Formats: sequence, C-alpha cells, structure tokens
Amino acid sequence: MARSVTTQRKAINTAIAWAIGLLIFFPILWTILTSFKTEGQAIASPPIFLNFDWTLENYAIVQERSNYMRFLWNSVIIAGGSTLLGIVIAVPAAWSMAFVPGKWTKDILLWMLSTKMLPAVGVLYPIYLLFVRMGILDSRVGLVIIMMLINLPIIVWMLYTYFKEIPSEILEAARMDGATLKDEIIHVLTPMAIPGIASTVLLNFILAWNEAFWTLNLTSVNAAPLTAFIASYSSPEGLFYAKLSAASTMAIAPILILGWFSQKQLVSGLTFGAVK
Amino acid sequence: MATQHSRSAARLMMAPAVFLLLVWMLVPLSLTLIFSFKKFLPLRGDQIESGWDWVTFFPSLDWVGFANYGRFVSSSAFWPAVSTTLILVGGVLIVTVVFGILLAILLNQPMWGQGFVRILVIAPFFVMPTVSALVWKNMFMDPNNGLFSHLWRFFGAEPISFLSEAAMPSIILIVSWQWLPFATLILLTAIQSLDGEQLEAAEMDGAPVLKRFWYIILPHLGRAITIVILIQTIFLLAIFAEIFVTTGGAFGTRTLSYLIFQRVLESQNVGLGSAGGVYAIILANIVAIFLMRIVGKNLDA
Amino acid sequence: MGQIQLNQVTKSFGDVQVIPPLDLTIEDGEFCVFVGPSGCGKSTLLRLIAGLEDVSSGHIAINGKDATMTPPAKRGLAMVFQSYALYPHMTVRKNIAFPMKMAGMSEDEQKRRIDAAATALNLTDYLDRKPGQLSGGQRQRVAIGRSIVREPDAFLFDEPLSNLDAALRVGMRLEISELHERLQTTMIYVTHDQVEAMTMADKIVVLRSGYIEQVGSPLDLYHAPRNKFVAGFIGSPKMNLIEGPEAAKHEAHTIGIRPEHIDVSKTEGTWKGVVGVAEHLGSDTFIHVHDTGLADMITVRIIGDIEAKHGDTVYLTPQLDQMHRFDDKGLRIA
Repeated sequence: MARSVTTQRKAINTAIAWAIGLLIFFPILWTILTSFKTEGQAIASPPIFLNFDWTLENYAIVQERSNYMRFLWNSVIIAGGSTLLGIVIAVPAAWSMAFVPGKWTKDILLWMLSTKMLPAVGVLYPIYLLFVRMGILDSRVGLVIIMMLINLPIIVWMLYTYFKEIPSEILEAARMDGATLKDEIIHVLTPMAIPGIASTVLLNFILAWNEAFWTLNLTSVNAAPLTAFIASYSSPEGLFYAKLSAASTMAIAPILILGWFSQKQLVSGLTFGAVK
Repeated sequence: MATQHSRSAARLMMAPAVFLLLVWMLVPLSLTLIFSFKKFLPLRGDQIESGWDWVTFFPSLDWVGFANYGRFVSSSAFWPAVSTTLILVGGVLIVTVVFGILLAILLNQPMWGQGFVRILVIAPFFVMPTVSALVWKNMFMDPNNGLFSHLWRFFGAEPISFLSEAAMPSIILIVSWQWLPFATLILLTAIQSLDGEQLEAAEMDGAPVLKRFWYIILPHLGRAITIVILIQTIFLLAIFAEIFVTTGGAFGTRTLSYLIFQRVLESQNVGLGSAGGVYAIILANIVAIFLMRIVGKNLDA
Repeated sequence: MGQIQLNQVTKSFGDVQVIPPLDLTIEDGEFCVFVGPSGCGKSTLLRLIAGLEDVSSGHIAINGKDATMTPPAKRGLAMVFQSYALYPHMTVRKNIAFPMKMAGMSEDEQKRRIDAAATALNLTDYLDRKPGQLSGGQRQRVAIGRSIVREPDAFLFDEPLSNLDAALRVGMRLEISELHERLQTTMIYVTHDQVEAMTMADKIVVLRSGYIEQVGSPLDLYHAPRNKFVAGFIGSPKMNLIEGPEAAKHEAHTIGIRPEHIDVSKTEGTWKGVVGVAEHLGSDTFIHVHDTGLADMITVRIIGDIEAKHGDTVYLTPQLDQMHRFDDKGLRIA
C-alpha cells in the first residue's frame, strides 16, 4: 500500500478524533474559560471565547463567600477516609476469596455486588434516623462510614480480580519459606498487589469524591463536601455564571488532575479487571 | 487447593467485610420494611420513643397493613415515575453504548496525539454530578444566556427552555455525557485486545469493512458491552443529583428514586416513602438477578 | 537428618481419589525421584509432603515424628517450584534472604549465607537485580539459592527444569546432582522425564494414577521392570513389546526387548523386516523396522553408524539373556 494513502488516512482520523474529543471536552473547557470572565462577559451575546479580560476575582469572591477550603477539606476526609477504611477491610476478604476459594466464594462475591445495587433511596430514612440517633448526622465520621459501605463491594471486587492474577505458587513458596499468614500478606502479597491496590484506591476516591446522594442528604453545614458546595449554586441569583464556573472549576480540578495522572490503571479498575 | 489451616484463616479474614455488608443491608432494609407497614408522619407528631424500640417494632406507631403500598401504586405519580426511570436508564444506555462503540473504533485508528484525545474524552467521567448538572443547566440549557440558545438563534430558531420543554432528552444528554467516557474507555480497551491477525484473516477472506465490524469486532466486544451495561445500570438506577439540581423532579423527570426521596424527606411521609422504597428494591432486584447471571457466567470463564 | 515416611496416605479432591492408600519411605540423604506421566499424582504427592495440601487420611512422618498436621512452614522442608515462584518485587538478595528473615536469623548470618549461596550458584553479580531481569537458568538458581540457605531437612523439587530449554536443562541437571553430592541432604524430585529420573536418582518411584508401580534404583528399574508399564516408561527409545506366537515361544504373554539389545544383520537373523525411518545421531543409529509380523514397528539401537536406507531388508536377533517376559496381567515373569 502506498505510504501517502496511509498518511492521508491518518490525517483524516486525527482531524475527526480531535474534533470529537474537543466537542466532548468543551463543557469543561467552557466552564474553565468562563471562570476567568467578568459576570458581564460571561453572558455576553454572542458568546466570547478567548477575547476577554482575564480576571481572578471570581475565585476570590467564591472563596470569601463560601469558604471553599472547608468544603475541600471535608471532601478529602470523606473520600480519603472511606477509601482507606474500605481497603483495610477489603484486602483480607479479597485475599481469602482469591486464594482460598470455597464452595460459596462465587455466591458471596455476587451477593456483595448485589448490595451495591440496593437503591439508596430505599433505605434513606432508616439511615437518616440511625444517624440522628447516633448523633453522627452532618458529621464526617458518618459520611466516611456510609461511603465506605457503599463502595466496599466495588473495592472487594477490584482487589479480588487483581489478586486472582497473582500466581498461587508464589504464595506457596512463601509458606514453604516459613512465612506465617501475616508475613505472607505483608511481605509478599501486598507489595505484589500495590499497582492493583493503587488503582482501586484511586477509583474509589473518585467515586466517593463525586458521590452526591448521601452527601447531599446527610450533611448540612459541618460535614458538607464539595458536592454540596456546588449544589448551593442551584438556585440562580442575579449574575452568577462566572462565579458558578469558578466554584465548579475548583470542585473538579483536584480530581481531574488525579484522574489524568492515573489513566492507565483506571481502565482495568473501571471494569473490575474484567476487560484488559 | 489449600489446607484446613488456611481455610479457617480465610473465613476469619472474610468475616469483617461480610459482616459489615450484611448489617448494612439488613438493618436499614428491615427498618424500611417495618415503616412501610406503619403510619409514620414525623411532621404531624408521630414520634419514635426510645433508642432501641425498633426491636419491639415501634409500638408508638400505628400498623396500617398494606395501605401504604396501595396508596403508593395508586398515586398518579407512580406509573409516570416507573416509565421515566426506564426511559432514563434505557436512553442513556443506548446513547453511551452506541456512541461508545463508534468512539472506541475511531480512537483505535492510527492518528497523531491519540493520548491527548483520550484525555479529552475521559474527562467528563471525573466531573462531579452536581457540577455537570449545574453547568449544563445554566451555561448550555438556559433559555436566555445558555450556549444552546445562542446556537438556536444563530440558526434562526427560537430557543426553548430546554429543561422544562424537553426535560427528559436534556437530562439524558447530561447523564450520557457523564457516562460516555466510561463506555468508550472500556470498549476501547476491549477493541485493543482484539487479535489483529483475525481482522487481517477476514480481510484476506474478502470481508468488507461493515461485515468485519458485524462478524468479528462486535462479537468480540460482547463481553465488554455486557459489563458496560451492568455497571452503568447499577449507577443509573440511583441517579439523583442530576435531577435534584436541574428540574427538581418537575416536567416529567421524576424517577422512581426521586419520587421516593420526595415522599420521605420533602413531604415526610415515611410510611408511604418506605413502601415506595420496597418497590424500588424489588425493581432493582429484578434487574440485579438478570445481571448477576451474566456476571456469574463471566466469573466461571 | 531428613527421613520421610508416608503411611497409608490418601488424597481425594471431592469424590475423586487421586492418591489411593500409599506407603513409602525416603531415607535420609537419598535423592528420590517421583516419575510418571502427567496426571499420575506425583505433584500432588509432593504437595502432600510439603504440607501445601492436607492428606485425606494416613500419616506423614518427618525424621520419625508425625508431621501430618504440621503447617508447611514448620516442616523444615524447602521447595523449588516449576515456575520458580520468585518474589518479583524483591531483589535476588532479598529473595534469598526471605526464608532466613522469616526464621528471624541475625543479619550477619543472613549475609554470610547469602554470599556463600551466591558464590556456589554463580549469582554474585546478580544479587541486586530483580527476577524480571534474569534469564530462566538464573531464576532457577535463585530459587535453589532461596531453598538452600535455610539448610532444610529435605528439598522438594516440582518439575524444576521443565521451563528451561534443552541445553540449560542438561546443565542444571548436573548442578542439582552436584548440589546433592555436596550437601548430602534428602531430595525429592518430581518429573515426567525419565531421563532426569535415570540420571539423577538414587531411588525412583514410578507412579501411575496415584499407584506406585515400582520403587527401586535406576538400574533395578532398567534391568528388572516389575510390569509392562514400567518397562515401557523407563528407557529411551522405548522397549519393544511383542505379543502373540513369538511371545508364546518364550512361555510369556508379552515379551519385551530393548532397542539396544537387538543385533542387526543384513544377511541373517531371527526376525526379518524392512527399514522404515533410520535416525542417524552420529554416536548411535535408531532404526525403525516394519513388516516383521511381530509388532507395528520394532525399534533397534545400533552403536555407531550403519548403512541403512528406507526400504532395506534387515535381520534382527534379540539378545535372549536381556529379554523381559510378562504374563497376561502385564506382570514380570521371573
């Protein structure tokens, strides 16, 4: 086949793919751009794309008005805490299901996944009530527990599929080398599973960060994370596009950066290792 | 493939996760079940007395039998909510799977800057639902200042109030935008695992592009598509924030989940909402059983 | 010290009994090879001794002490796996140190033993590499190094050479034999390759479907196979087995004659046949002879070279004193 034809085809592919990629990314790009406009420019007709006076005042206003740092901190604690807690509980469980499968392993795995399908709204009031009774409504502890529970099945699943890929002979070798079960997990299994554990942590951090049912319904002031911070912009108030954009950019920036850095592990993580 | 010793240790290590999920499932579920047979209107003075009275099935609340179940189903909001839920889940699945396949095939072609395009395409997945809903609602779908209305006017059309006059398509668009990256990424990975020699063999056998897609690529993607549908359905049935901040359940966008949320928290009719919750759980379980079978088969493979 | 005794050991997976009741004693310092076709239970037997599987019934004693319920880590055995099973995240040094670290040995002692093992196994230059950067043969040496530093009572090898190419295999075979000479420690070695069994073993255990077909020294097995299965399994090329009237002449149901125990002549002999394929190896020649009326094919091994082409007629004369006779149950007739 002539080389020029391939190059031409490649150029066409590139053009189409870039156009579609930019189209999909456009809402995010537009939000970021708008966050640097004045409110007047934000609603200008026809819309201004790049030719505006760049300003940071929206960020200052948002920070001043709603104390962005506090919401951010809540998000970090809730997403991070629930993920770490989930990992600590899930690693031993996934270990035993992957390496010492029993008659019920498959059923337990499927049952765990099915708890993930339990509609949250079906248990909203009982949880609300229990939280009130335990005095953890609108507290970070409460949110950490809930996030951990709703993501636990996914964490177990992901770790299970990663662990399945570790050859059992290596663990047997450790056993022959005199390792106790604890040594086996600490010195052999965990280091080998680090890449898998890392992508599990990452995906669950993102899921917890973006979760917006329990965070909206179980927090008000103290424990409200960024999801709630943004939702507070849902009722329009005068000119607010630029401020909304600034707030949005701040809410998604940390996770967008994390996500971009971790693209590779994400693919296998997203599919529970089922698509490789 | 193991000894008795490691087997009992394994059971012990599984216990915390199993126990927590069991509690997480059973306690709220049984409370919901109890409430669904009670008259429970906190705003009208129905109170639960002591901390542990749920063990005695809340004697302070009146049993009403299946009344809540009957009222929930006979309410005029019920069937529209069911169909809204199905339209939303089905619509988003169709959009994301179809466009996901096309995008995956496109991204698999030789091109310059593939990594960068991938980053662009994957980005919406990382945007939190409240942000994407608000950005779409205000900056794109607003009838006065949204970009869509500018676009409409540019083509000489009269912009509509998208989220009220075409509420369902608008919400499907927002949610699809969020989930398209997920589908694309998984399908792309699956396509990349396709043996290139298979396609070359088909080309040698004289199969044209469309036939190659239909007989080789699509069957190869079958498993990945199943996984996309499974995982997305789990998340889509629970869609909440997107509706909460855009329409608040108005204009025919009230899904079953949202309807129950309104009954429980907005109108504080806990009994009625709980009966709805039980219906939702049954519905989810019907989908779940169907999906678990597919996953179970994949587990064996 | 490293005597291992199996007493009425059985193993079942679900309803399938893979090891029927089995008795076996491996003496201290012995090089014992379990050999048999795949699925004969040899690896399972090794894993039972290692403690990686529980016995379904029976007892295992190590050095006279019952170890049936002892976990693998406490049995004082070391194992070299087919896939080497090196820890991919640790350097060679850390891999070798791992069992000593688990035993809580002092750092100095660990270092001394690592250096000694590395020198003995030619690994000194590779101590700071990770397993992924090593060749198959080097990985194998690391796996052996990891097992010797503990100074175990016995070594268990599970088909350790099957992932190596032919040339390396011969080299490693010698190294393992030398290691045994040097350490004089009990070794149990599982393989499906009868050449490995013959060249390395003090004692060979031939297994089929979990049953021990014969236990003995390599030459015992070669000269006096207890039955047709062992006769066919030990020796290469395979023993020729002949049934029918020719066997009846020798008052047997089946007679067996090894390829190297048949004389060939172009002019006269007991049996007449036509040459099919002749494989010239230089040092020997294998001739596959057809149309003898005895069996589909008779294989003959001749030392040195011989002019034999496809289609030539040859005469074969078996060395009667080397002939094996089997009854209708396949058992050896003394």
